[in-house]
Amino acid sequence: MGKKITIEPVTRVEGHGKVTIHLDDNNNFKRSRLHIVEFRGFEKFIQGRPYWEAPVTVQRLCGICPVSHHLAAAKAMDVIVGAGTGDGLTPTGEKMRRLMHFGQVFQSHVLHFFHLASPDLLFGIDGDPAIRNVIGIAKMHKELAVQAVMMRKYGQEIIKVTAGKKIHGTGAIPGGINRHLEIHNKISLINGPDPMNIDKMIEWSLGGLDFFKNYHKDHKDVIDNFAAYPSKHLSMVRKDGALDLYHGVLRAIDSEGNKILNDVDTQDYLKHIAEEVRSWSYMKFPYLKKYGPKDGWYRVGPLARLNTVDFIPSPLAQKEFEIFQAYTDGKPNNMSMHYHWARLIEILHCAEMMKELLNDPNLMKGELVTKGKKGNEGIGVLEAPRGTLFHHYKINKDDQITMANLIVSTTNNNIPMNLAVESAAKQFISGQEKIDEGMLNAVEVGIRAYDPCLSCATHAIGKLPLQVKLYDSNNNLLDIKTKD
Amino acid sequence: MKKKFKILIDGKELSVKHGQTILEVASNNGIYIPTLCNYVNLEPQASCRVCSVKVNGRPMTACTTTVRPKMEIENDTKEMNELRKIIIETMFITGNHFCPSCEKSGNCELQALAYRLKMDVPQFSYSFSNKDIDASNPKLMIDHNRCIKCKRCARGIKTDDGKDIFAFKNRGKKIMISIDNELAKNISDEKAQEAMDICPVGAILKKERGFIDPIGTRKYDNKPIGSDIEKLMEVRS
Ligand code: SF4
Ligand code: FES
Repeated sequence: MGKKITIEPVTRVEGHGKVTIHLDDNNNFKRSRLHIVEFRGFEKFIQGRPYWEAPVTVQRLCGICPVSHHLAAAKAMDVIVGAGTGDGLTPTGEKMRRLMHFGQVFQSHVLHFFHLASPDLLFGIDGDPAIRNVIGIAKMHKELAVQAVMMRKYGQEIIKVTAGKKIHGTGAIPGGINRHLEIHNKISLINGPDPMNIDKMIEWSLGGLDFFKNYHKDHKDVIDNFAAYPSKHLSMVRKDGALDLYHGVLRAIDSEGNKILNDVDTQDYLKHIAEEVRSWSYMKFPYLKKYGPKDGWYRVGPLARLNTVDFIPSPLAQKEFEIFQAYTDGKPNNMSMHYHWARLIEILHCAEMMKELLNDPNLMKGELVTKGKKGNEGIGVLEAPRGTLFHHYKINKDDQITMANLIVSTTNNNIPMNLAVESAAKQFISGQEKIDEGMLNAVEVGIRAYDPCLSCATHAIGKLPLQVKLYDSNNNLLDIKTKD
Repeated sequence: MKKKFKILIDGKELSVKHGQTILEVASNNGIYIPTLCNYVNLEPQASCRVCSVKVNGRPMTACTTTVRPKMEIENDTKEMNELRKIIIETMFITGNHFCPSCEKSGNCELQALAYRLKMDVPQFSYSFSNKDIDASNPKLMIDHNRCIKCKRCARGIKTDDGKDIFAFKNRGKKIMISIDNELAKNISDEKAQEAMDICPVGAILKKERGFIDPIGTRKYDNKPIGSDIEKLMEVRS
């Protein structure tokens, strides 16, 4: 008589997901799955709407990284209004958007690392769930918690001065941006009173990296071996191979570091990437066409980016990148927990880039919008905090959207997250006599490394609404354990 | 010269002339009475009832009722504001007003009134009526989801030679605004913008204008609707 374990909802991730683990009579691992039980249907209800509405409407997909959808949709609309495929904007248009994006990635990464992931590191994967959360961090590591709050706030201020609002703004419009950076905002973001200034943000970003590297030194086993497995990696990179979160060409490498996709124009993504639907999840399964659905899967996000790029175009982050690369002798890094390391390097890069852009005179004056010959189809690709994000639209002659296809970052990581679940389940649950909360959290830690955006992370505060259901092989409910 | 007489609005004594409407008198004296179907230089038509005030105990529309001696008018009272709020909310529930993705947000009179009247929690259920967008015109787009049937467009927007561009078609529940595409396809950009501006909501959109107004610079971003009128009083006193 086998068993089925259900973890629902998965906590400290953005959204609602469920994990099922099937065990055989001896409690040995049989099969596991991460199910996405949420369906939003944005692609459907945007149909018929005017194309210029898309950047504002689709960002409602997400309350954590709306700017990513805002910008990806705006980039697609740039193509439609004839403003080129990523390099046709005015300097002001492009740089304001870039600043907005850096603010976004900065705050999203900070939220994830310090609020959602660090409890597992600071209190241990099997630590007391009552304190193993952001409240616990706030109580016992106050300084870290305060830093995280202020860094997030800083990123949100950047979004506000570029998009008009901290969340769900309107800054990016087809062909450019609708505002300049105002002088008082520039001054306060560069030189604001401690700690709300860019130099402090850079200092704290370095501090975050030190924190991780020290932890890593003492916990190599967890960080290096937990849910580690070889995979392909995909991201957008700048034409010269630099890390570029806003625009570039697509590149993918295999687990050995060979380039299996290089210099691919983002407008051609469909020639190389396809999606498969499986009955048990609303989330699709993207894959590289030339390897087929079974072997074509890949990872995206901070780890994948640092694996695909050749260098980081900001000095401090580049230095950290070199340390990161040296750790695997320049070979691709396939350790899931190193997502956190990569994320922290990107936080530093964002801070450096924000400083550069805040000092750039182009943001304060100059043309905001460009337009050219109108087309009826546009693709916008962006490196969102969680990985490569594809937006694809078609419009009719009356300016109405007739087709929308979105491949969100988390979807790209669908198979990798399923593999992380499998790997953690095998490592921590398989063959165990008794299954406790710590073992189940281990499964969640595997998913959490990918910072999936499934819905709402607040579940983790206070109560831990984790429900575990044990079924026999005939799906008869044997036992329910609810933790609160 | 017409003889002046006195009336009271919310206890305030005002010296007025025959022939003026309550709304005009109030506005001239820095008193805000909310309106929707009314618009500068258009003949008032009293269809929305948002401007309702109580005149000697009886509800009347301020945009069409002319002042008479001995009028005692209740305007900014809990009762009248509640009534207005209900009217506004009815407009929200009969249409599909999705402010977060509407480019008129921040410039929309309906939204601004809802804020001013503190329409927080809906008291009625939404009708989720199935309405279309008419995007066939090259210059303008009509989103029927948002039309509140104020007729401001039909009354105010004409071609240079005086022809109507907008009109109502159908009757009763099915009544809807329609656009004369033949006439409208050649209108200037300025006229298209005028049409967008005359519409109190986001039902008429000048195509491809989109979200060009940055947040913070839109009409009602920093001050509630009506404050321009109320400011008049502050300046005078
Ligand atoms: S389209 Fe606008 S102006 Fe015309 S009736 Fe409808 S709401 Fe009023
Ligand atoms: S403004 Fe008077 S009835 Fe509409």
